[in-house]
Order: sequence, then structure tokens, then C-alpha cells
Amino acid sequence: MSKFNEAGIRPVAISTDTSEDSRKLAQSQGYTFPILSDHSADVIRRYDLAHKGAGINGEDIARPAEFLIDSTQTAVWINLTENYWIRATPEQVLDVAKLLK
Amino acid sequence: MNIKRLNWPLWTGFLLTLAAFLSYFFIFVLFPFTRDFPWANLVLFVIAGVLLFMGLRRGFASDRPHPTRSKIVSSIVSVLSLAVIAMFVFVIFVGGRSLPASKGAPQVGQRVPEFSLPDTTGKTVSLNELLTTPINGKAPKGVLLVFYRGYW
Repeated sequence: MSKFNEAGIRPVAISTDTSEDSRKLAQSQGYTFPILSDHSADVIRRYDLAHKGAGINGEDIARPAEFLIDSTQTAVWINLTENYWIRATPEQVLDVAKLLK
Repeated sequence: MNIKRLNWPLWTGFLLTLAAFLSYFFIFVLFPFTRDFPWANLVLFVIAGVLLFMGLRRGFASDRPHPTRSKIVSSIVSVLSLAVIAMFVFVIFVGGRSLPASKGAPQVGQRVPEFSLPDTTGKTVSLNELLTTPINGKAPKGVLLVFYRGYW
């Protein structure tokens, strides 16, 4: 987290979990970055990241995806994994973040 | 049951199979090195497989006190173990790939859609605020949006 702060990058997590569930998650894990709740998956759909019916009650949830956005709100790096057991590492992101002004 | 007669390779192989399966989700998934490719679990499965093979041979040996029971038990345990291994391979290599193509997702060089969502305190936060609220007194260089499946 401090490495992201040094790099001037703000990590933001988004899922369909409720604010309350995310608050518990953040508390138990000691997360200090913003965790946003897209309970209706509206933003997830706007980003075309909905995994239809994959939730535990058949609701739409987000597929794993990471976007590095610069200060002009432009995507500079994207990771859309093809297998959800394979995710981007913080090191990968910090490498790309060095290129940001 | 006489302890000397216990088919220990069979039962050790079976327990190791279960341990190899569960350890991915509880331990190895936490580290990218053992998560992205589950080599640690595959190594455990291979060791379990060798033990099961030994156990199966032992179960079918002619000097067993209960030859029929021994054959049935060692066969059932081996088939169960194989099923667990097959399920693991399926969950990781096939199940993990069942993701939508997301062709309409923002691409590199594109401006991403603005949004406002509630944070953990219920306060609504916009992407613009996330991009402009200072980090340690300095304007942020960027924001990393991490979409994840959630814990439901």
C-alpha cells in the first residue's frame, strides 16, 4: 500500500458486495484503500465486465479486471485475465505506474 | 484392526489428495507464485498418486487378512482420490476460464466511463474525486481500478 502511495497511485476496489460487507472485509484485512459497492452491477455493466449469473444467487457479478487510469481519466494499462485464478501482481502495476507523469 | 495390517500407503495417499486439494484454496491461492500455476498442488497430487498406487497393490496382495474387503476398500479409495484430482484440474484449468470476453471494456488509450459509487461508509465517491483527492498532499498520478468477484 505504501508503495502505491509513493507511486502516486490510488488503488480502488469495486465489486457487487454491499458497503457493509466491504466494510467488514476492510476491517478484517486492514485494507485502507477505497472499496466501492456496485450492488446493482450498473457500473460493472457500463465497463462490460459483468459475469452474468455467476453470483451465489445467480446474480451478475464482476469478472476480475484491472485498469490503470491516468489523471485525464484515460486507461494506460489493462488486465483482463482469461482465468480467474491468474491475476495481476502489484509489482506489474507498479512497473507500469512508473511511466505516469 | 491390527496396525501392521493397516494399508497405510492407501490412507496416506487419500489424505494427501484431500490436503493437496484444500491447500490451494486456503494457502497457495494467497501467493501469486503458487496461485497462477498450481505447481505445488500438482507435486502433492503426484506424491499422493504414488502412495495410492502402492496402497492399491497392497490392497490386491494375496496375503491380506480380508482379501475381498481389502480389494473393495482400496479400489473405492483410489477412485475417490482420482475424482478429487480430476475435480481440482477442472476447477482450476477449465472452471477458471469460464469468463465473458468483455469486448466492450475500455481499452488502452480510451477515456473510461465516469461513475459514482458508495464506499464502505456509504458515502458516494466519484471517479473524478478519486483522481483528484491528494495522496500524501500530492495530486494522484493515477487510479488503479480493481474489479473483483466479491464474497457475496
